[in-house]
Amino acid sequence: MRVWPLMKAVAVKDMRTELRSRVAINQVAPYAMIVLFLFAFAIDSDATLTRVAAGLVWMTTLFSMLLVTQRSFEMERADGAMDALLVAGADMRAVFGGKAVALAVQLLFIELLLIFLAVVVCRVEPPVGGLALLAVVVLLTAITLGSVGVLYGGLAAGAKGKETLLPLLILPVVAPVVIAATRATESAFNVGGRKVHEGWAWTGLLGFTAVAFAVVGAVAFPVLVEE
Amino acid sequence: MQSVVSLRGAVAVLGDFPALAGADLTVNRGDVVLLQGPNGAGKTSLLRVCAGLLPVVRGDANVLGVDLCTQRAAVRSRVGMLGHRNGLYVDLTVEENVRFWGALVGATNEEVTSAMDRMGLLGRLQNVQVSKLSAGQRRRTALAGLVVRRAELWLLDEPHAGLDATGRDELDSVLKSAASSGATVIVASHELERAGSLATRVVNVVGGMCTEVAR
Repeated sequence: MRVWPLMKAVAVKDMRTELRSRVAINQVAPYAMIVLFLFAFAIDSDATLTRVAAGLVWMTTLFSMLLVTQRSFEMERADGAMDALLVAGADMRAVFGGKAVALAVQLLFIELLLIFLAVVVCRVEPPVGGLALLAVVVLLTAITLGSVGVLYGGLAAGAKGKETLLPLLILPVVAPVVIAATRATESAFNVGGRKVHEGWAWTGLLGFTAVAFAVVGAVAFPVLVEE
Repeated sequence: MQSVVSLRGAVAVLGDFPALAGADLTVNRGDVVLLQGPNGAGKTSLLRVCAGLLPVVRGDANVLGVDLCTQRAAVRSRVGMLGHRNGLYVDLTVEENVRFWGALVGATNEEVTSAMDRMGLLGRLQNVQVSKLSAGQRRRTALAGLVVRRAELWLLDEPHAGLDATGRDELDSVLKSAASSGATVIVASHELERAGSLATRVVNVVGGMCTEVAR
């Protein structure tokens, strides 16, 4: 069975389902906005808010990722489609890749929305030079979180209490990703005394995690689903 | 006659429970076989063995020329199994679902159209979201997925379950059409009268063993 065409078919199917159901747009995006606003109200200090804006963006992205991951596997579970894919002998590496791409695209949308809100609400003023760094960080983090989400979403999908198990599995694993993304974004925002050029070093770690989780996911996902 | 399924003393286990206890079964190309028996007798396990989902731990098992004891995953792409659920994406339309399942085997547009046509889904229903279909129409969409995947052996587990009278009639007409076009079908069902009228053979499954019923 051909991997690339199936991967594309899965990604298109997931994106089409999302566009039609509008869960990310009508539910997850407002949720992310509310969380960021609540943080802002709770902190209630412009200087502190500007200082922690990067961390707020990535923590809120992480919370939103849990929702879109659960949604991604709910559509497979609802009418037994994942079982049907397994029975049909579908190449699960392609299924992993397609779902990871679709998840990454949704996360990209949420990340961009949150960065826009950070600029408006937290009053960060990224210099022009920081925009390229920000673009790379946003892209690499979306790829990493997309792979992690599908890998652990697949693991939790068949388990009892999957809604509560998923955060327990994912949050510790993505700690280095959140730290790297936050440090790099602080540089891109030019806050906390960090310069833009310092942030590029963190993109190395983000690039490594993006590749590592994509490879590990492609290898492990078929085994997890089969089990 | 070419044998599609050949089980000889096949033993399969679910945990410590013997799901199949030395089952013997031969199914030839074009057969429509009804598996009957009480709950827990091994009907679903037999279907899962044939689909390459449940390993055979003893005996011989061969489906579509593939030795299930050594390479059971290899048979999956050639077998279509439909259980109590349809395996559909409810937010997608009928055509999008059939097209997706066709992508697994690189089906052409003509093959997708032909599969929908064969299941009576072309036209009014093809652009309807699955969530808006009746249970019978969903079943037909799922069967179109088997057709477009070019499944050589259809394994249907209680296909009439959850369908109203219209849905059951629709399903029967699809199965009759499949049988007349040469598909090999194994149906596990408690609806003996209904499924029995479609079947060319009836096999009794009790305690993980198979016995042919004379007709």
